[in-house]
Amino acid sequence: MAVVKLFGAWFSPYAYRVIWALKLKGIPYEYIEEDLRNKSPLLLQYNPIHKKVPVLVHDGKPICESTVILQYIDEIWPQNPLLPADPYDRAATLFWIKFADDKGYLMSKLYQTDGEEQQAAVKEWLEMLEVMEEHALIGGKKFFGGEEINMVDMAFSFVAYWLGVIEDVVGLEIFEPHKFPLVSLWIQNFKSIPVIKENLPDADKMFALLKHGREMMLASKSD
Amino acid sequence: MAGELVLLDFWPSPFGMRSRIALAEKGIPYEYREEDLRNKSDLLLQMNPVHKKIPVLIHNGKPVCESVIQVQYIDEVWHDKAPLIPSDPYQRAVARFWVDFVDKKIYDLGSKIWKTKGEEQANAKKEFIECLKLLEGELGDKTYFGGESLGYVDVALVPFYTWFYAYEKCGDFSIEAECPKMIAWVKRCMQKESVAKSLPEQEKVYEFVLQLKKLFGIE
Repeated sequence: MAVVKLFGAWFSPYAYRVIWALKLKGIPYEYIEEDLRNKSPLLLQYNPIHKKVPVLVHDGKPICESTVILQYIDEIWPQNPLLPADPYDRAATLFWIKFADDKGYLMSKLYQTDGEEQQAAVKEWLEMLEVMEEHALIGGKKFFGGEEINMVDMAFSFVAYWLGVIEDVVGLEIFEPHKFPLVSLWIQNFKSIPVIKENLPDADKMFALLKHGREMMLASKSD
Repeated sequence: MAGELVLLDFWPSPFGMRSRIALAEKGIPYEYREEDLRNKSDLLLQMNPVHKKIPVLIHNGKPVCESVIQVQYIDEVWHDKAPLIPSDPYQRAVARFWVDFVDKKIYDLGSKIWKTKGEEQANAKKEFIECLKLLEGELGDKTYFGGESLGYVDVALVPFYTWFYAYEKCGDFSIEAECPKMIAWVKRCMQKESVAKSLPEQEKVYEFVLQLKKLFGIE
């Protein structure tokens, strides 16, 4: 039986994408928690270029970058597909995955800054949410994947869950549900899916971690 | 299957070049339309409302945006001619990883080289060379990243060669001196008609960069 290992970090939305994909497809795996301040030699060996999580190791062969990992998983285990079969639909789906991936930096930009820099981050968040509302969820779809979630839903998970924790940490409300009704509905639907609901990092623990990180950052700035 | 193909593009764009090479490799006829990026066409704004950027590949009236996605789409639709993406899932993952690496690093670092000076430029040059060396490591002794024929990584990376002369002039360094294997690979790619006819001359790109520097008031 082939062995699947996943190197992740408990708070990483990128690691969770892989967890959801593996669980949706019913693939057994061994999870290895990495302390990102003290990376294991094994992680550095499997991902020498970026030294990041998640890393999937299948039959001893490492695959890095969550979007690359998810495409690999979808190809090896085609049940409960994460991408459409039609080339055009797949291209459209990959477009939104890239869009979401390219906006991931907005998480740290929001909680690791203050003043003007943070204001700029808020503006970028709102612009992204507007694009999601106007262009991504067209046709009144329940999920980006239609009736079932797909890789795009997973890619936007940072909006559905992680943003809320960051808002609490910085004390700002960026996502006002009445301004983004389609995205708001999507968030509720997404978080009610069992595999998602049962596999999310503890919000209080994450709050504590990010709050601490923010306080350290602000303290070092005032030095 | 062929239908109507239009590529909205801008001649010095390394991203547009990727799609040009992919289409040429497979011998697929298409209409090339040059966009004036200071005066974008209604078609471009309609076909890429989210980013308003080129290249946009329009197939039977439907847009495919993002060059990396276009190359994959072209490879899937015209899969019987000159395959670019490996058929083995693990090799595909490796190829996608390196295309992602090129996308994350090369363009931004290259831009910093021609846009900045002093310490910022020095750091960008250093990191740029380090990235090219990592790519040389991945290439190894292979003719192309794709093995015996052009592959996904080759198509994604080789267009940036057209900007190397501009980087070298602006950054006052020699890429070939630091990364001879990379330049040897480029030369092998340039012997392919699909690559040679899809890429503009380095001198022309350098002239374009000089114009941009003037426009942005960069020394």
